[in-house]
Amino acid sequence: MINILPQVLVDGLTLGFMYAVVALGYTMVYGILEIINFAHGDIFMVGAFIGTEVLLISDALGALEGMNPFVALFITLIIAMVLTGALGVGIERIAYRPLRGAPRLVPLISAIGVSFLLQDLVRFTEALARNEFYLNSPALFTGSIPLGSMATIPTKGLIVIVIAIVMMIALTLFVNKTKWGIAMRAVAQDQSTASLMTINVNKVIMLTFLIGSSLGGATGVLFAQNYGTIDPYIGFILGLKAFTAAVLGGIGNLRGAMIGGILLGLLESLSGAFMGPLTNGAFGAEYKDVFAFSILILVLLFKPEGLFGEAVKEKV
Amino acid sequence: MANLAWKSFKGIPLVFTLIWIVAFSAALYLMDKSVIAFLGILSSIVVVYYTNTTKSVKMAIGAIVLLLIIPLVAGENRYYMEVASQVGIYVAMALGLNIVVGFAGLLDLGYVAFFAAGAYAYAIFSTSQANEFIAGNLFPLSGEWFWPFLIVGLIVAAVFGILLGLPVLRVKGDYLAIVTLGFGEIIRIVFNNLDKPINITNGPQGITPIPSPELFGIQMGTPFYFYFIVLFVIAFIVLANIRFEHSRLGRAWIAVREDELAAQSMGISLLNTKLAAFALGASFAGVVGVIFAAKQTFIDPTSFTLMESIGILVMVILGGSGSIPGVVLGAAFVTILQVQLLKEFSNFLHGLQNAGIISLPNQLDPSKFQRLIFGIMLILVALYRPNGLIPAKRKKNDLDAIKKSEFGKEKLGILGRLSQLTSGKQS
Repeated sequence: MINILPQVLVDGLTLGFMYAVVALGYTMVYGILEIINFAHGDIFMVGAFIGTEVLLISDALGALEGMNPFVALFITLIIAMVLTGALGVGIERIAYRPLRGAPRLVPLISAIGVSFLLQDLVRFTEALARNEFYLNSPALFTGSIPLGSMATIPTKGLIVIVIAIVMMIALTLFVNKTKWGIAMRAVAQDQSTASLMTINVNKVIMLTFLIGSSLGGATGVLFAQNYGTIDPYIGFILGLKAFTAAVLGGIGNLRGAMIGGILLGLLESLSGAFMGPLTNGAFGAEYKDVFAFSILILVLLFKPEGLFGEAVKEKV
Repeated sequence: MANLAWKSFKGIPLVFTLIWIVAFSAALYLMDKSVIAFLGILSSIVVVYYTNTTKSVKMAIGAIVLLLIIPLVAGENRYYMEVASQVGIYVAMALGLNIVVGFAGLLDLGYVAFFAAGAYAYAIFSTSQANEFIAGNLFPLSGEWFWPFLIVGLIVAAVFGILLGLPVLRVKGDYLAIVTLGFGEIIRIVFNNLDKPINITNGPQGITPIPSPELFGIQMGTPFYFYFIVLFVIAFIVLANIRFEHSRLGRAWIAVREDELAAQSMGISLLNTKLAAFALGASFAGVVGVIFAAKQTFIDPTSFTLMESIGILVMVILGGSGSIPGVVLGAAFVTILQVQLLKEFSNFLHGLQNAGIISLPNQLDPSKFQRLIFGIMLILVALYRPNGLIPAKRKKNDLDAIKKSEFGKEKLGILGRLSQLTSGKQS
């Protein structure tokens, strides 16, 4: 049992980085608007479909042959990021902006609505175009790299980790060093004061959605590459787990989201692999989602500010 | 201008309502398969609600439509009674959720878990399933046990509600929504996998055959009987809703919904109030779950997914959370949309396809687009009618009338004691 441990850790790390990047999107929107963007998981799903479609179409046109797989992945990522970013901005404009200042449950309800709408829209389009809505993504990378004698890491998994790290560093630099990043933090602190300081709050919120959604979309492309098969319903549960990761790390906190995501991925991978053997087969891998949700509930109950967040005193 | 016209609207004339009812029941009686006539009968309840007459007349007409006309004209057609009892089941569930979401303002996205608890409670003990973990070959129970199990389902679900509520209610707002969603998923996964190490729920295979209710030796397995059982339960839940709404507890719920901090500072115990809402809502779902299990004669975890929870939430929000007539309307509308209108539309498209007019891949079947429709409805309601189709009305107390009434003459409470004291001094 112990000799599969390194492999389980490698798989868990790949999954964890994926959660981490999606969790960044949740955390950014929550940090600024204090709403749970329920549709974020489905933006991730749309990204997976856009990426797969780009690859499938260019494969059908013969464009993939002879092309460097890194170039192909880069182009796919850019297309998916632009489109999902635009989608995120559109969703904000239509479904969230008119509801600013409404009671907090109202935007949540409209977010659930957007999420369901996206799932069936993708299903509808795929059913129309391809007559089925389960897609197999063409694999760009097939090789794998041995790590010592115990584990191997597939190239695609390594690419997921590298790109995720690049995106996280870029985002951190953006938020901490640039003018727009500072504006974002200001809006997150206090919208009305920020607007008095000549910050265009609407533009900043739009930018937040743009960046968060395009990161989500890019992760979707990586997910499709890493796991092969996608369907319109992958986003909801993955989004929920990414949200769990964000809560685990402390929502509204970029570093927390990353660490929370990686932790959750590792825990899920470990529980999936070892729960069955440890309980003599009574509780197998099918309980790993129970595990993830239990973490969510426990964290919310005992440390709602998350592992890295600060406790916020309630405003009266 | 439009607003002004709406305000001068005094309600539909009584004559019109009566003509409506008579016309559609005659139509349904004469043309056996007319869907429009059936929908006309069902919607006559809405017409009655808006009729310009006294409350008791409205109640009487509504009772006649529900208890006599619908069973009489549609009773022989199993399909219509099936639809009607299904509508009833969802109306009852939505009214239960209305207590949690509408009155207490707790967004519960795992409501279907309590429904599942009730359904499984009856299913496990009324079939031979319980023999798997209780020795002595005592099961299955006969259909006469259905009636006590309505109470058992209520208690089981209420206990579930309290067990989940105790830890969960420490979080609030959208966090509560996420946590309840997680709990709903956990319950579903557990029911789906509890066939080992001890086989309790029979896992994904589900449990069958669940016996239909029996009363004095009469088998009540047809939708006709379920229609009346559901109607009875709805009457009970509506009554409970009305009584709670204007009770001390109900006003505490509304206070908590509007402003937790203010309510707490006025001495309302947040935990007890919320827990009561959670447990009550859950217990109603449990009762409906027992009926559902008996009606379907088969249950498995696929009936208790997140989609169901969201569907019931859509009903409450669409109709108007906190408003009893609104929730009834929302539940009826959404259920009919799901089980009837979409199906009719698919059949219509299939007809066109068979005639060679259009070609349509199987995946585009409109009856599969529940999520799309739910999604659009949720967004539109959130944007344009956040209070629902029939918004909740606050009950207003006419202070002048109370002062003028005979109770006004006698001063009560501290005022009474004060006036006693002063009059004592004078003498």
